[in-house]
Amino acid sequence: MKVLVPVKRVIDYNVKVRVKADGSGVDLANVKMSMNPFDEIAVEEAIRLKEAGKADEVVAVSIGVKQSQETLRTALAMGADRAILINAADDVHTDIEPLAVAKLLAKVVEEEQPGLVITGKQAIDNDMNATGQMLSAILGWSQAAFASEIDIEGDSAKVTREVDGGLQTISVKMPAIVTADLRLNEPRYASLPNIMKAKKKPLDEKTPADYGVDVTPRLEVVKTEEPAERSAGIKVGSVDELIEKLKEAGAV
Amino acid sequence: MSVLLLAEITAGELSLDATAKAVSAAQSLGDVTILAAGETAAAAGDAAAKIDGVSKVLVAEDASLGHRLAEPTAALIASLASDYEHIVAPATTDAKNILPRVAALLDVMIISDATAVVDGATFERPIYAGNAIQTVKSSDAKKVVTFRTANFDAAGEGGTAAVETISAADNPGLSEWVEDKVAESDRPELTSAGIVVSGGRGVGSEEDFALIEKLADKLGAAVGASRAAVDSGYAANDLQVGQTGKVVAPDLYVAVGISGAIQHLAGMKDSKVIVAINKDEEAPIFQVADYGLVADLFQAVPELTDKLG
Repeated sequence: MKVLVPVKRVIDYNVKVRVKADGSGVDLANVKMSMNPFDEIAVEEAIRLKEAGKADEVVAVSIGVKQSQETLRTALAMGADRAILINAADDVHTDIEPLAVAKLLAKVVEEEQPGLVITGKQAIDNDMNATGQMLSAILGWSQAAFASEIDIEGDSAKVTREVDGGLQTISVKMPAIVTADLRLNEPRYASLPNIMKAKKKPLDEKTPADYGVDVTPRLEVVKTEEPAERSAGIKVGSVDELIEKLKEAGAV
Repeated sequence: MSVLLLAEITAGELSLDATAKAVSAAQSLGDVTILAAGETAAAAGDAAAKIDGVSKVLVAEDASLGHRLAEPTAALIASLASDYEHIVAPATTDAKNILPRVAALLDVMIISDATAVVDGATFERPIYAGNAIQTVKSSDAKKVVTFRTANFDAAGEGGTAAVETISAADNPGLSEWVEDKVAESDRPELTSAGIVVSGGRGVGSEEDFALIEKLADKLGAAVGASRAAVDSGYAANDLQVGQTGKVVAPDLYVAVGISGAIQHLAGMKDSKVIVAINKDEEAPIFQVADYGLVADLFQAVPELTDKLG
């Protein structure tokens, strides 16, 4: 079975986000970028399936600017076998919407015929939490979103999902789309020899036009603002004073 | 102009709070019709009919609509979509599972976690875990939106909407429910709890994390943790509050031994009241705290637990 893992290049989660002065978006020029943390978990899961003999090939795919190559090389260094980059934007500030990403991925799925697609549940930039579900709708495949455990049993997969209030286990027919939540695994760090090896693994470059997909955004960004600042609070001198203040505020 | 709102129903029971907050968010968009879908949903539909501002309730009961499965509910909503310009829901894990699927079936974008309605096509939503607020305007014929409930007041009760029964769409038969594991503790769920007590690296060990749990139990609160505490093995990963964990906005958030890294603040700074207990008075957490106590947590937390209530 082949596993397809879509990965996104996003601002590194440790970088402080700055809104551009003209309100057009978040400043991404000369900012450290990394693989979306949820996608790292997805890559790790796919590699573990291969190591366990349940998958025979892991293909990473990224849609965005040319620099997403680096993100794909990270996936290859972790253990993916090959990569596909769909060059869909020239400006690092252009975000391709989940609907367009899902349409492109559906075309990649048609070509590659994977038995399973694992991707992060959301990207930490636009926080849409949508690509996996949308891909699943377009393909008419089963979907298991927010996975914390995946167990493949023949032509179905048992997936435990993180839901409000606890966990739910469902059985999905293969082929399926699974989106990774935090508890699915702890991604490995790529070793130096593997980083070197990754440079020689195949990376195909494509464009949306190759797939006949229109990536024109449906949502126009009217403006981007800093969130409202919290007003400065006070320091209390003791536990007693803290309790008194909380009671006054009606918080306890 | 009309709105179809997917009610939040778990095991046949309406989540009134989440649903009523979504009704209040959707009010300005048009007449609100609620869809109560589930294996059993009639009682939930009747309860939803009492929410102020609801003009009609559609009840769909079918085994395929139970157990939170996305495909049958999405198919049902898509089959009803021609009568509505907006399809909305509270931004729960269930709606986040279902609505993007609906949007793709209708070939429109999803607008997730909206925090404000500007007009029928324009919504505000947080991006970068709330570090920026973006206003987006949809050019799609239909708008599919989930609302972040912490940002809206619940609509009142007293309505008498008509209730109509409809049938489910064909079950695509793609997935089946196996089992539910509700959280083992009696503590409230992190993302919907009214009070959250979180521990950070300062707590120092997995054993000492019990201090956080005791305080939480005294307050009837959910337990959270910073990424540093999770990475150090003091707390389970599913307790993580922050950009890569859960985003919470309780009425009271108590941060214990948490320095306040950006990635943690992103997950909790919309809380109504924030308390920080930390021995380092320079810790950035104090810049967002309403009440800060500079103290050794090993003394302050047991004292606080003891003296409360």
